[in-house]
Amino acid sequence: MKIHIRHGRVVDPCNQHDGLADVFVAAGKIVAVGAAPADFHANRVIDATGLVVCPGLVDLSVRLREPGFEYKATLESEMLAAAAGGVTSLACPPDTDPPLDEPGLVEMLKFRAKNLPGPRVYPIGALTQKLDGKLLTEMAELREAGCVAFTQADAPLTDTQVLLRAMEYAATFGFSLWLRPQDVFLARGGIAHDGAIASRLGLPGIPALAETVALATILQLARATGARVHLTRLSTRDGIAMVRAAKAQGLAVTCDVATPHVHLCENDLIGFDSHLHLTPPLRELRDRDAIREALRDGSIDALCSDHTPVDEDEKQVPFGESSPGASGVELLLPLTLKWAREMGAPLTKAIDLVSWKPAQILGVSSGTLSVGSCADICVFDETAEWVVTSRTLASQGKNTPFLDQPMQGRVRYTLIDGHLDFEAH
Amino acid sequence: MNLQLTADGRLRHLLTLDGLPRAILTQILDTAESFMDVGEREVKKVPLLRGKSIFNLFFEPSTRTRTTFEIAAKRLSADVVNLNIATSSQTKGEAILDTVDNLAAMHADMFIVRHSQSGAAHFIARNVAPHISVVNAGDGRHAHPTQGLLDMFTIRRYKGAFHNLTVAVVGDVLHSRVARSQIHALTTLGVPEVRVIGPKTLLPAGVEQMGVQVFHNMEDGLRDCDVVIMLRLQNERMKGALLPSAQEYFKFFGLTPGKLALAKPDAIVMHPGPMNRGVEIDSEVADGPQSVILPQVTYGIAVRMAVMAMLAGGNG
Repeated sequence: MKIHIRHGRVVDPCNQHDGLADVFVAAGKIVAVGAAPADFHANRVIDATGLVVCPGLVDLSVRLREPGFEYKATLESEMLAAAAGGVTSLACPPDTDPPLDEPGLVEMLKFRAKNLPGPRVYPIGALTQKLDGKLLTEMAELREAGCVAFTQADAPLTDTQVLLRAMEYAATFGFSLWLRPQDVFLARGGIAHDGAIASRLGLPGIPALAETVALATILQLARATGARVHLTRLSTRDGIAMVRAAKAQGLAVTCDVATPHVHLCENDLIGFDSHLHLTPPLRELRDRDAIREALRDGSIDALCSDHTPVDEDEKQVPFGESSPGASGVELLLPLTLKWAREMGAPLTKAIDLVSWKPAQILGVSSGTLSVGSCADICVFDETAEWVVTSRTLASQGKNTPFLDQPMQGRVRYTLIDGHLDFEAH
Repeated sequence: MNLQLTADGRLRHLLTLDGLPRAILTQILDTAESFMDVGEREVKKVPLLRGKSIFNLFFEPSTRTRTTFEIAAKRLSADVVNLNIATSSQTKGEAILDTVDNLAAMHADMFIVRHSQSGAAHFIARNVAPHISVVNAGDGRHAHPTQGLLDMFTIRRYKGAFHNLTVAVVGDVLHSRVARSQIHALTTLGVPEVRVIGPKTLLPAGVEQMGVQVFHNMEDGLRDCDVVIMLRLQNERMKGALLPSAQEYFKFFGLTPGKLALAKPDAIVMHPGPMNRGVEIDSEVADGPQSVILPQVTYGIAVRMAVMAMLAGGNG
């Protein structure tokens, strides 16, 4: 299959490219950007006039809900949703049922995903058996089965000795640990950011300290062990400042935030909409502003959707009883573009945060339009306006705080491995 | 969008006092005043809500509040059905919305809701048919608006006005829906100085942003107060990480005659009940001349009648 994407605005952060160009795809690879290779006869020509052509998006957190939570979402529904969102590679956390703590489970997931259209699936293995924070998993075996990193996802790891051993063991093999900093004791019982709004609403609080205290421990252990650590879903201004300082001191640590936290804050909780029940909690305006600035200055390396489809019944209850999380893989692109518009950031920077940078964190060779690389490509209309509704979302999870809100920017085509896996009607 | 008010500014539901305009608070208090004599008549009934069905929907057990709502509804001639859901459908796993839909199908006109989760009354109000009103009878730590209103009614009865008062709310503000409703009502009605007094473990983060002054000792906090409102300390909070013991709490934050003497000589003492004598309040104070704790209960019926009458009238 040979595809010619013509007259598009090619934005390729890895190659610092932003300009009109044609892209040529053959045998699953990008064979040229600019002039057509000799004897190139396209089977399909995509007219990208007025559209942006960029590397397929790389989403660092998409819950596919298999195995175990098929009533919330299935591999089929979520892979389709991801492709519709322009995502060509995704990392899925191990908090399934059972969790991804054995090679067989990982192989099964990889096998199932491989036989479906849609993005490349990179499982993140469980760091501890059953994610219970006590015994390490067979990381090397899991790596061979296809895990690209190891994490507790949102499950607690209270025992710092286990955390130290996990870092030492992972460092032995050069494996990367993905950790969400949250002190389980300081966060105990909490469901919203511990601040003026939660106090007013009478919602038990999770203090910002829960993030910074855990972060201090993780950074110290990372320094001592030399483990590769990626910090997931930062939410506080002080936490970001700590990571910025650690990076300045030369610590090789990376971090990401989730798109809702770039646009929302605790003030949005007034009214008790359970779609705003997220993990970590939405924090103060100053935290949100710190996130927006840190995305610009590079202190935060990547943006992800933290896609968490939840059964509607689990949101149709009072705030505190609802399951946390938001569906979001289809909003990754428009919410990133929204950030860029509001911050006056260039499109290359925005695309970088959701393609090249996260690909580096995953350690995979995606996220670029370099000649010779895999043809994972997203073609989108930067100005197309649409409204988020249960019908415009392909995901089985319709749980998003952005329901009924207008979005700008919509994916037109998604190519994965040179195949046109998504085409908007 | 304000869930509690109709487009033309009338009361649609009563969920919280947070954000309710002063005119509405005053209207409720004035209406309650007009109901005060009903309880003293030989026939303690007015026909205002005849033919209306009011459901007491208590997802969390309560005798006192439920009873006062029931009496208030009956004095307005409404039909009252009490549902103690804490021990029925919920334990069978029925979803709240199914319960609510079932009762709506029985042609309910009003739900009086108590639930252990903050925001539960909002949740139900968002999901009921347009002709049904919801009254929040306490949701988690969030709000207990009729209690807040009856406290304002009590203060107005004894002090006449709000603009010249210093009011202290003492104790476990962190877990108290009553305190939150009181604070919103006091600031809305124009009380110039609202204080909260308690140990740091029992005051919520950013409480000063609700318009109160924060004190950590009774001696400073009670000085020259016109009104002292004591909060109930739940049994499960008396020992553990929040407080070392009930004894130590009483010593530093319990209201004794000695501490009350720091307030103005004509200060009144209030408590939403039920009281823990010897924990947050000394019996000598609870039963003393400055205590208005029992009148609070009586006024509670008139205030709840006012709320129900305004809601039913607004929708009828």
